[in-house]
Amino acid sequence: MGHDHDDGRDRCPHGVSRRGFFTAVGAGAIGAATLGRAQAPPGAPAVATGEQVTVKLRVNGRTHRLLVEPRWTLLFVLRERLGLTGTKVGCDRGECGACTVLIDGQPRYACMTLALEAEGHEITTLEGLMRGEELGPVQQAFLEEDAFQCGYCTPGQIMAAEGLLRRTPEPTPAQVREGMSGNLCRCGAYSHILKAVKKASEVRRGAGGEP
Amino acid sequence: MKPPELYFIDGAAPESSAPADAPPPWTETRVVGKAIPRVDAYERVSGTAVYPSDVVLPDMLYGAILRCPHASARVTRLDSAAAERLPGVRAVISGLTKAADVRWYYSRTVFTKLFDPRCRFQGEAVAAVAAETPEQAWDAVRAITVEYEVLPFVVDEREALAAGAPAVHEAGNRVGELERYQRGDVARGFAEADKVVEVSFRTAAEIHTPMELHGCVARWDGPRLTLWESTQGVYPVQQRVAATLEMPLAGVRVIGSYMGGGFGSKLQADKYHVVAAVLARLAARPVKLFLTREETFLCVGNRPPANMRLKAGVKKDGTLTALELTCLGSGGAYPAGGTSLVDWLVRDLYTCPNVRTECTDVYINGGPSRPFRAPGHPQGAWALEQMMDALAAAIGMDPVELRLKNVPAFSQGREGNPPYTTTGLERCLTEGAEAFGWHEARRRPRGSGPVKRGVGVAAGLWVAGGGGPPSTVIVKLFPDGSANLNMGASDIGTGTKTVMAMVVAEELGVPLERIQIENADTGTTEYATASGGSKTVPTESPTVRAAALAVKGQLFDLAAAELKVPATELRIEGEEVASRSDPKARKRIAELEGLRRRGVLVGVGVRGPNPEGKVINPFAAQFCEVEVDTRTGEVRVVRFLSCNDSGRVMNRLTYESQVIGGVTMGIGLALTEQRVFDRQTGKVLSANWHDYKIPTVMDVPPEITSLPIDRPDPAANTTGAKGLGEPVTIPTAATVANAVYDAVGVRVVESPISPMRLAALLAARGTRG
Repeated sequence: MGHDHDDGRDRCPHGVSRRGFFTAVGAGAIGAATLGRAQAPPGAPAVATGEQVTVKLRVNGRTHRLLVEPRWTLLFVLRERLGLTGTKVGCDRGECGACTVLIDGQPRYACMTLALEAEGHEITTLEGLMRGEELGPVQQAFLEEDAFQCGYCTPGQIMAAEGLLRRTPEPTPAQVREGMSGNLCRCGAYSHILKAVKKASEVRRGAGGEP
Repeated sequence: MKPPELYFIDGAAPESSAPADAPPPWTETRVVGKAIPRVDAYERVSGTAVYPSDVVLPDMLYGAILRCPHASARVTRLDSAAAERLPGVRAVISGLTKAADVRWYYSRTVFTKLFDPRCRFQGEAVAAVAAETPEQAWDAVRAITVEYEVLPFVVDEREALAAGAPAVHEAGNRVGELERYQRGDVARGFAEADKVVEVSFRTAAEIHTPMELHGCVARWDGPRLTLWESTQGVYPVQQRVAATLEMPLAGVRVIGSYMGGGFGSKLQADKYHVVAAVLARLAARPVKLFLTREETFLCVGNRPPANMRLKAGVKKDGTLTALELTCLGSGGAYPAGGTSLVDWLVRDLYTCPNVRTECTDVYINGGPSRPFRAPGHPQGAWALEQMMDALAAAIGMDPVELRLKNVPAFSQGREGNPPYTTTGLERCLTEGAEAFGWHEARRRPRGSGPVKRGVGVAAGLWVAGGGGPPSTVIVKLFPDGSANLNMGASDIGTGTKTVMAMVVAEELGVPLERIQIENADTGTTEYATASGGSKTVPTESPTVRAAALAVKGQLFDLAAAELKVPATELRIEGEEVASRSDPKARKRIAELEGLRRRGVLVGVGVRGPNPEGKVINPFAAQFCEVEVDTRTGEVRVVRFLSCNDSGRVMNRLTYESQVIGGVTMGIGLALTEQRVFDRQTGKVLSANWHDYKIPTVMDVPPEITSLPIDRPDPAANTTGAKGLGEPVTIPTAATVANAVYDAVGVRVVESPISPMRLAALLAARGTRG
C-alpha cells in the first residue's frame, strides 16, 4: 500500500462502479449526492475484486496518496489505513452517525461514502478539530457538559455539531435537535449533548465565529 | 429461597481477604460529590482514546463469521474449498476444522460445539474466515457453500408450550422447573380486599445495541494470547477463553481499557473470542474480528420478552392485601434466565403480606438473552407500577399516596425479612412529587383539543446495587506527590475512572490531573468482577479508599519521622503533610526525604465484606408529563424527573449523566423498542437501527431532571455509595405508560406504546379527537 503526503490535486478516477448513494446527516445538510463529480457511465466495467487504484485524499489539510480497492469506504480508509480512529464505526450502514466527518464542511456519514468519492474534497475528522494538543470549542463544550458516557458516538456527535454550527452559528433549539438527529447515542446523553451544542455556539461566536 | 443469581461467572469468584479495620465514613468531603468532568474526557473527545475496535496491529487480518440464516436448521454439508482459494484469504474454519473442535458452554451444563451442525437460532456461528481486508473476508464467507436441513421453529414464547410446538431441544421447550415463590395466603388476601384488579401485561424483547460493536483483536505471541476486547469485564472473558481453549489463565491477557457501551451484553465471553483466537493461531497473524451491526441484533443478547398476569387486592385505605403474578418468558434457544427477576418487584417493593409468583421459562428459536440493564426489573415494573396506578384509580386515591402507604422498611422477598441498610423510597416519592409539582400537574385540565396532556409516576428498587468482594486495587504515590491508580474494573461509560480518581484525591490530596489510571487489563491490573449490576462504585470505591489509606499510613509514618511529630497528629492539607496542632510542622509531600528514598509508596486495598443480615438496595421514584396526539397515537414525553436514592452522590455531573441515560433508555422501552420475528420464517425483522428504533435526540425531553437523595449509606460500605446505573431505568417505561393513561384514559398493557397500537386502542374506545 502506497502512502505519502503532498499537496497536489489529482484527476478524478474513471471506470469505477460505486454505491452511488450518499447519505446526508441530519436534515440541515444540503441535498444528497453533492459529490457526484465522477459519476461512472452506466454499464462501466467494475474493477476486479482485490484490484487497487490510487486515490488522493485530502484529510485535515494534508494530502494522502494511497492504494484502495474501489469498494472501500472512506470510513475504512480513515480508520484502518490512515490511523485516524477518532472516526468510529457503529453500523456501517448509514443509521447511527458514529462515523460522521465533514466533507467540504458538511456532515456526512463516512460509512456511506466510498474513499474514491471523497477524492477532490476537503475531509475533516475529529482529529482535524484539534489545534495541536488543544481541544476545539465543540470538543471543549462536550467535555465540560459531560455530553457523553461511553464516548463511542461522541466523535460523530461532535462532527455533526461542528457542521451545524459552521452553517448556523446561532441555531434555535429546534435547529440543534434537527442538526443532531442523525446521530444515535445508546447511553442516552442527548440532554447533555443539547447543552454542549448551545455552549459551543456561544463560545464560537464569542471567539469571532470561525473555528 | 436461594439468592438470585444475577450474572454468569465461570467457576467460583476468587475471594479477597477482608481488611483489618474499616475507616470511619467521611464526615465532609472536598472532592467527592462535586460536579467534575471526567478524567478521561480529553481522550474521549479528542479521539486519542483507543477503543478495542480502533486497534490496528502490524500484519493484522480481518475476520468474519458465517452465520446460520435459519431459525432452526441442521448443517448437512459444508464446502469451503472455493473460499480458501479467493485472494487475500488466510484461514477458513468450520465444524470440520480440528483446531475449532471445542465445546461451547451456553450455560454451566448446556454445551454445543463452537461450530455445531445443529443451529437453534438465526445467527448461530457456522464457519469463519480471516483475510487481508474485511471485504475479502466477506467475499470468502459468501463463497462458503452450506447446505441446511431447515427444521420447524418456534419464535413466539406464547406458543412454545402449545401441543405440537416444534421442540427447540429434544427434552422439550421448558427450561427447567416452574419457579415459584409464596408468602402468606393470597386467597385470603383477595377475600379481604375491597377491590381486586387483574390485568395481563407484556413487554417486548429489547436488544442492547451498544454503539461499539462486539468484537476483539486477537494476537498470539508463542503460547500466549492477547485479546483487545470491548468488554465490561476483562477477567470473566479471560477465565472463559482460557477454559475453552484449555490454556492457563496466565496465557490469556485481555485488555479493555476503553469500551463503547455494553448494558449487560458485554459481561461475558462470546464465541467470537474463540473464533478470533483460532483464526489468528492458524494464520499466524493477528486477527481483528468485530461483528456487523446486524449480527449484534441476533446473537449477543437481548432483554427477554415478558408476559405477566398480575392480580392485586387493595383495601379502601390503600393497604395492599395480596399480589399474584404469573409470568412466562424466554431467554432464547439456550438457558439464559428468560424470566430472571421479573417477579422481584412484586415480591419486594411494597408492603404486602400475601404474595404468590410463578414463572415459566421456555425455549424459543431465538438468540440467547443476556443481562440487560436491571434484568427483569423494568418488565416487572411495567406490570406492578401500572397495577398500582389502576388500584389507586379503583379506590380513588392519589397514586403517590397509595405507594407511600405501602413503603416497607425491610426486604419481604428475602428469607428472614432482613432490613435495608437505608431505604429512600419514601423520600424519593415525596421529594420527587414536590419538585415535579405533582399535585398541581394532576389537577391541570387534560386539554380540550386533540392533544391531551397527562402525568405519571412509578417507583422501583434494584435487587442488588450494594456491590461487595472480591476486588483488589493498588494506589501508588510517586515522590513528586503524583499518583497511580491501578484497578481491574472497566469504565463502561458510567464514569468509574473519574469517581475512583476522586476518591484518591479525597484521601491523598493529589489533584485529579496528577493521577494516572490503569484499568481493565488482566495482564497489569488487579482483580475486579465485571462492571455490571450497578455494583462498580459500591464495590470499587471502598477498595480504592482502602488502597489510598494504606498509602496515607505509610506517608504519615515517613513524615512523622521527618517532622518529629506523632503520625496520628498528621493530616494532608493541599499538597502538604501538616500537623494538626503545630502550625510550623508541615512539609510538601514532594519534599519528603523518606519518600524520595523509597521511590514510590504502594498501597493495596481489598474490598471488605458487606454487613451481615442487611440488604443494600438503591431506590427510585420517577415522574413525567406526556402529550398524546389522539389523532395519530403519537406520544411525546414533555418533561421527566427522576428522584434517586443511591446513597452518596460521588460525582454530581456523572450522576446526572447516568440518570438521563437511564431515563432515555426507558423511554425506548416504553415507546419504540421491540424485537420482531417474522412468523413465517422465524427470522428477525428488526435486525438494524432502522427497523429497531432506539430513542434519538428528537424523542427525549430536552430537560431530564435528576434529583438525588444525597444520603450516604454508612452501613453499606466505607464510601456510603449504592449503585445507580440500573435503578435509573427500572420505573421509566411504567412512568410513561401511567402518564399516557392519565392523558387519554387508555391503559396500554403491551410495550412499546407505538402509534399503531395506541391509535387502535383510542379508536376502540371512541376517544379520538
